[in-house]
Parts: sequence; C-alpha cells; structure tokens
Amino acid sequence: MQLIPCPWCGPREEAEYHYGGQAHIAYPDDPQGLTDQEWAQYVFFRDNPKGPFAERWMHSAGCRRWFNAVRDTATHRLLTVYRSGEPRPEVPTP
Amino acid sequence: MTLADVEHPDFLWRNPDPASGYDVVVVGGGGHGLATAYYLARNHGIRRVAVLEKGWLAGGNMARNTTIIRSNYLWDESAAIYEHALKLWEGLEQDLGYPLLFSQRGVLNLAHTLQDVRESRRRVYANRLNGVDAEWLEPEQVAEVCPIVDISPDVRHPVLGATYQPRAGIAKHDYVAWGFARRADEYGIDLIQDCEVTGLDIRAGRVVGVNTTRGRIAAGKVALAAAGHTSVLAAMAGLRLPLQSHPLQALVSDLLEPVHPTVVMSNAVHVYVSQAHKGELVMGAGIDSQNGYGQRGSFHIIERQMAAALELFPVFARAHLLRSWAGIVDTTPDASPIVGLTPVAGLYLNCGWGTGGFKATPGVGWCFAHTVANDEPHPYNAPFTLDRFTTGALVDEHGAAAVAH
Ligand SMILES: Cc1cc2nc3c(=O)[nH]c(=O)nc-3n(C[C@H](O)[C@H](O)[C@H](O)COP(=O)(O)OP(=O)(O)OC[C@H]3O[C@@H](n4cnc5c(N)ncnc54)[C@H](O)[C@@H]3O)c2cc1C
Ligand SMILES: [Zn+2]
Repeated sequence: MQLIPCPWCGPREEAEYHYGGQAHIAYPDDPQGLTDQEWAQYVFFRDNPKGPFAERWMHSAGCRRWFNAVRDTATHRLLTVYRSGEPRPEVPTP
Repeated sequence: MTLADVEHPDFLWRNPDPASGYDVVVVGGGGHGLATAYYLARNHGIRRVAVLEKGWLAGGNMARNTTIIRSNYLWDESAAIYEHALKLWEGLEQDLGYPLLFSQRGVLNLAHTLQDVRESRRRVYANRLNGVDAEWLEPEQVAEVCPIVDISPDVRHPVLGATYQPRAGIAKHDYVAWGFARRADEYGIDLIQDCEVTGLDIRAGRVVGVNTTRGRIAAGKVALAAAGHTSVLAAMAGLRLPLQSHPLQALVSDLLEPVHPTVVMSNAVHVYVSQAHKGELVMGAGIDSQNGYGQRGSFHIIERQMAAALELFPVFARAHLLRSWAGIVDTTPDASPIVGLTPVAGLYLNCGWGTGGFKATPGVGWCFAHTVANDEPHPYNAPFTLDRFTTGALVDEHGAAAVAH
C-alpha cells in the first residue's frame, strides 16, 4: 500500500486518508461579481495534468487535518507534502 | 454466428504509414474512435479518415472495461443516447459481420436501503416513460433471476429489491473493437498505431493538422476520442475541460462453471459482477479517488470490492482472484459525457464517458460521426455540450452512473 507522509504525523498508509482534489482554489472574493463563465470555472473546472499536481489530502483516520501534496499523476509518486496555507514548494520536475 | 463462421485472416486490418493529410483525423483508437471512423464512412461517405493511436489499437479502456451494456439511465437525454446505442447493439453483429458475443442476459441494480428503493422505482418509471425496458423486482424475484444472490434479511446490507433491465447485457470488448476496425479498414480508413498526437496545429481559430511522433499530418477536421487523456490533448488547443482522470480497476477470478446468469450491480455495497463466456467472474467497483494516469490503482479498493462481493455472493468464497488491472477514466461533474463542438473550428470533442462509455460505443460512433460530418451535433448528443457547465443545464446521472458502469 502506498505510504503518504502527513506533515504532522509522518508516513501512514494511504487508506487512512481522503482525497480532496486540486489545491489552492480560493473562494472568490466577490462571488456576486462573477460572470457565469467565471462561476463555472470556480465550481466545475479543475486542472487535470499528467504530471506534478498540487492537491489536497485529509488525514481522516489520523490527525484529521487537511494538508497539500504535490504528486505526479503519471507515476503516483509523492514529490512533496506541505501544510495548508503554505505556498506550493518548488519541486524538481522528474 | 460464432467465431468459426468468420474467416479469420492473420490480420484484420492493414497497418499503414500515415499519409500527408486526411479529411478527418480521429485521435484515439479505442472503441469510440474506431466506431466514429466506421460511421463516418458508412453513414456519411467520408473515407479519407485516419485513426491515430499512440499505443496499439484498443489497448486503453476498450481492453480494460467490464463490458456492461444497459440503457436504464434516469434522465430523458441519457435514456435517448444510451437506448439508441442499445438498439444499435441489437443489430451490430449483422451490421459488422462479426461475432461480438453480445449477450442480453439482463442487469440487476440492487437496492439496499429505503432511499435506494425509492430512487430505483423512480428510475424504473422514468425508464418506462422513455421506452426503456425496466422492471422493479422484489427480493424473491431477484433470487429467481439470480439464485446465487444472498437475499436473507439478516445481512449487513440486505437486498430490498432491484431494478431489472432484461435487454441489458455484456459483449466481448476485443471483438467489438476488431469488428469496427476491420470494417473501417475495408472502407479504406487508415488505422495508424504507434502514433501519438503531440500537438494540434491551429491557425486563425481553426485546426489544420496534428503533430505526431510520426510527423505532421494535415487534417480538415480533428475528432478527439482519447478518453482518459482528453485533458492533455485539449490543453494543446488551450482548452480547459471539466474533466478529472482517475484510475478505475477491475479484476477476474479463475474459470468457473456457469453459476451467474445475469449482471448484478450494487452501488451501496460497491461492487458489480458478471460471468464471462469463458467462465471467469468479472468484477469491479468505483474509481480510485485520486487523479491518476498510471493505469494502476490501490489494493485496498480491490480488497473492499471483494468483501462486498462475498457479502452478496457467499458462493464466491473459494474463488481465486486471477488478475486485476486499471484503466484511466475521464469523469465529469455530472457523470454525463461531453460530445460536440469546441471553440476551435474543426475540432470536436468526445469525452467524459468516465466509467460507462463501453455500452455507448456504437451510439457514440453514430452521433459523433454525425457531429463531425455536419459540423453540428446529432440530436442525441446535442444536450451533452461543454457549455452546460456554464448554463447550468447539467444532466446529473450520479444515481444511475457513479459506481455502476
Ligand atoms: C476497469 C474499467 C471498467 C469499465 N467497465 C465498463 C462497463 O462495464 N460498461 C461500460 O459501459 N463502460 C465501462 N468502462 C468505461 C469504458 O471503458 C470507457 O468509457 C470507454 O472505453 C471509453 O472510450 P474508448 O473505448 O474510446 O477509450 P479508450 O480505449 O481508452 O481509447 C482512447 C485511446 O486514445 C489513445 N490516446 C490517448 N492520447 C492519445 C494521443 N495523444 N495520441 C494518440 N492516441 C491517444 C489511448 O491510447 C487509447 O487507446 C470501464 C472502464 C474501465 C477502465
Ligand atoms: Zn496526520
């Protein structure tokens, strides 16, 4: 089973986690001001790269905290993990 | 018709090198790409067509799916296109002159909670209004259709009934691909393997060609049928799509005597099972939750499926898992596909079939070919625009799709 390193608890089995999709999607500052296109982008459209992807995970069977990871979606390799609120770290492209 | 009735040459299609250009280039040689090419020639007389496949023909999801065919979707839009496909399936062996082992053995969608029961009955009524064969079965009737399902009331997820579509069934996925490929080839369509599209040549808002690992190929029109890789291709045209690519796993048991006469699906306990003609049990469930292009999934998903299968079918306790594998499925927010035009002239989109596009293969081919030939959606795919995520006209099939394929 794949090990995912929680930034608080260290490496734990994947089955302890829940996935949260793309990271760094901020709630719009002025939701009323968005056009339909902008609202659709916020609600329905997400990046879907083949390669490094910044995404959210929750350690639901552990500390129950959200954090972010950069994972390569082609290899499933975790490149780095970092705490929510921190900027996406530079990772060397594999 | 059996396989022995069909003359079986060593090769069912030529293996041509790409020409310098085509009227239509179809990207992706899975079931959808091959069917689209076939109907472009058959229905629209367009034969200067190439299907470009980065690997080998039909080695993607087409080779990996569990072949469930049904049309019992909730909404009118979905019922129309899936039922269109099912009607085509019913004549496809004749049309292609090729055996597909298409077997209308029916599908049961089990209900385990009162909420399931209500939703299932609603779907049966909706199906009937759309001319789709559907019945609601009580637990004893479920056992009549499929005696090996455990309908005892004291299990963790008791069977409270099921929807039943008798015309649903399975087919042999490889034969379906080969049947379409063989006919497309006979029309003079070039099926080009080992040819990955690496760029889309767009000038003044119109696509005029593709760059590939085997050189540039000019194209009057480009039709994307790349399933899990659609986002990667769309990005070459600067398009962002509401798609997420996920691993979807399936597995087979060792070969068993015929024990399972139909197809059984359960959203609540998260498994579905049929028995292939050769005798192996074919099982699967929902997607792995994380995005992934690796064509492999996590073991705990398989473990959970097996637990669910054993709960429903105690008789499987001594079967062995022989192989498991994964494909890459392109899911959308409303569990419905996207088929139609794009903001780029001459570039067409067929994607988002997620976990359930095999059943649609002939229907998609038919409608997508129409869309490409006429630069206008066929009425059956007209509701499935990219635009619906902006207008809000979603076709929410999470109830009928989700775990079920
Ligand atoms: C495990 C599993 C079980 C499933 N079970 C069912 C089921 O029971 N019933 C059902 O209806 N559906 C099922 N599906 C879904 C179904 O398989 C898909 O919706 C359908 O096969 C997608 O269409 P396709 O056959 O054209 O895809 P694919 O066969 O994946 O074809 C897409 C092709 O595009 C090629 N390609 C990608 N990028 C490029 C490029 N840049 N250049 C050239 N070629 C490229 C790929 O190599 C691939 O061969 C299942 C899927 C999986 C993975
Ligand atoms: Zn933790």
